[in-house]
Amino acid sequence: MPQRAVVPAAAEGTPGDSAADDQRSRGLLHGAATRIGGLWLLLALTVVVCGLSIAVGTRAIGLGTVWQALTDNGFPGDEAVVIRELRVPRTLLGILVGLSLGVAGALMQGHTRNPLGDPGLLGVAAGASAAVVLAIFVLGVTTPAGYVWFAFGGALAGSVAVFAIGSSGRGGATPVSLALAGAALSALLYALVRAVLVSDSQTLDSFRFWVVGSLAGRDASIAWQVLPFIVVGLVLAVVNAPALNLLGLGEDVARGLGQNVLLARVVGIASITLLTGAATAACGPIGFVGLVVPHVARALTGPDHRWLIPYSALLGVILLLTADVVGRIVVRPGELQVGIVLALVGAPFFIALVRRKRLVGL
Amino acid sequence: MTAGGSITTRSTPQHVDKRRTVRIGPLSGVVRTRQLLLPVVAAIALVLVSAVSIGRGDYPIGLLDVLRTLVGAGDQTQQFIITELRAPRIVVGALVGLALGLSGALIQTFARNPLASPDTLGINAGASAAAVAVIVLGGGSSAAAGLLGGLGLQVAALIGALLTALLIFVLAWDKGVDGYRLVLVGIGLGAVGYAVVDWLLTRSDITDAAAATVWLTGSLNARTWDQAWPLALALLVLVPVALALSRVLGVLQFGEDTARALGIRVGRAQATVVLVAVCLAAAAVAAAGPVQFVALVVPQVAVRLAGGSRPPLLASGLLGALLVVGADLLARTVLPVALPVGIVTAVIGAPYLLWLLVRGRRSIT
Repeated sequence: MPQRAVVPAAAEGTPGDSAADDQRSRGLLHGAATRIGGLWLLLALTVVVCGLSIAVGTRAIGLGTVWQALTDNGFPGDEAVVIRELRVPRTLLGILVGLSLGVAGALMQGHTRNPLGDPGLLGVAAGASAAVVLAIFVLGVTTPAGYVWFAFGGALAGSVAVFAIGSSGRGGATPVSLALAGAALSALLYALVRAVLVSDSQTLDSFRFWVVGSLAGRDASIAWQVLPFIVVGLVLAVVNAPALNLLGLGEDVARGLGQNVLLARVVGIASITLLTGAATAACGPIGFVGLVVPHVARALTGPDHRWLIPYSALLGVILLLTADVVGRIVVRPGELQVGIVLALVGAPFFIALVRRKRLVGL
Repeated sequence: MTAGGSITTRSTPQHVDKRRTVRIGPLSGVVRTRQLLLPVVAAIALVLVSAVSIGRGDYPIGLLDVLRTLVGAGDQTQQFIITELRAPRIVVGALVGLALGLSGALIQTFARNPLASPDTLGINAGASAAAVAVIVLGGGSSAAAGLLGGLGLQVAALIGALLTALLIFVLAWDKGVDGYRLVLVGIGLGAVGYAVVDWLLTRSDITDAAAATVWLTGSLNARTWDQAWPLALALLVLVPVALALSRVLGVLQFGEDTARALGIRVGRAQATVVLVAVCLAAAAVAAAGPVQFVALVVPQVAVRLAGGSRPPLLASGLLGALLVVGADLLARTVLPVALPVGIVTAVIGAPYLLWLLVRGRRSIT
């Protein structure tokens, strides 16, 4: 009986409906000019969403005041402080995190050739959670700024461990063995997290606000701390794009065309780890961006990763900031954390995806 | 060397047992000793571990005294402690384990997937969301403490679990239930459930949040006959149905077409299997909270111990009971801090899964 894992195996060798594939594979936008136009359009949308993120909030501030606070550094008043000290850093962080998660999702789905591949599968969130819980419990760290390095370290350690375990079985690091290793290691780490939370309610009190994933309460220094890692991750992602296109033809074909398969895998996983690790470090575990965004991008551009990656990046920013703005509006004067809004919006999308026949047949 | 080139063709040594057969007149059948023996051994071990577990606590009672009390010949103090305080806990633990083991075996066989279980199906998430909502929104912290022992929480969790199950079923239905789609829809709904839980936790009083966290871990603390009786009644109906499904499950394994050719009404059979599995899991989560990993790991252990092509149902149930009662005993006696049983089962279960992966990818189920 062939093993069927939760996550579908690679599409290689599946007798697919090639005619439908051809139609689908090109995406909505054909030709370089159209696609560049599309990118400009997305960029314009991103700017609009950024504007919304700065202008909309618990405290109603007129557009004129917003503009003056942004352009005139000396503009006085509480409202200018809210704009400059709270909303602008929050928006910048949202841009960074959205970029990272969108690109990481595109890479993850490309490498696993799995439409359900999510960066979280690599054990990043579980590793970060365990590290943060220990930091709170053992060292008494209680601020988002204090969590950053622990979360980042935990995320790195988690994904390295998952990769090591997933590739140690017979057959090497296949998408299925990676997903299984991620599930098992996550379960173990979450047991550790629970053990601490159950026995110490003070730790729970801090941890419960971290684990939902939020852009709120992060000052500008956090964005600066994670910025270098995100830049390196993005560069690696761009470098990885042509190799991913070759890997999409199957490992053997890619090798035959002169691609160093192992190198491409390592670069890809390093990039995914850096990007998701940095994003998780900055604002806690945020799901579904990495899962949903590449699908939308692929519908627009087709499977060419050189286009897919920039599209995913911009779409990631748009989705994350929109979710954040929605979270600020729906339960005024309170706020719904961005991670929760995304799960509530993302899950129906995911289910709709699963119900499509083609996916189920993978 | 990368994957692909270095795979040696080391075949798994699977020697075929010489099968004993029985013939009675025109009937004949294969006797699989291990499959018959395993439930018996598991049942005996369960009784022994339960007896030891009943004896342990602030007021230790010797094993012989425990057995004597259980048959009705102990003194009054021991009688009270055992039947009113400790027995319900053990009974709830054993029944929860039984339900989870059976449920896991059913779902894994049906989905043909060793990772499928009530944990991945989102049933636990639905029950958790409902239960945490009751704890957090149901009033102040004192009320939460009262509710934890009472029936309100159990009913809420049960309703949450069943509603989620219904939703999963409806969303995964497309001229039949594909096991694979069922699991994926479950993952999606599970994410929603846990997002709701996380959100409720951030909005709650810290005392409520702590109580909710204990419930979310799966615990046997403060369980009384109030929890044991509804669970026992549910199992009284569900377990015979589950065991009766064994033959149908065996046929379904060959694939839908073959099953149909052999005279099984596939759609109805699949729906029954999923329904029974879901109800078992819902009853368990209502009584003790989401106890992790029992449903995932136990069927896989059982299939390895018993041999055969799929998890044996009865043995999975009994081993599940053994695991939960044993883990509870460990948590109460060996560990320095009294941890909820759900953590112990995860700590036993997760490394097992990792070991399976490192050892190589044997085809499972």
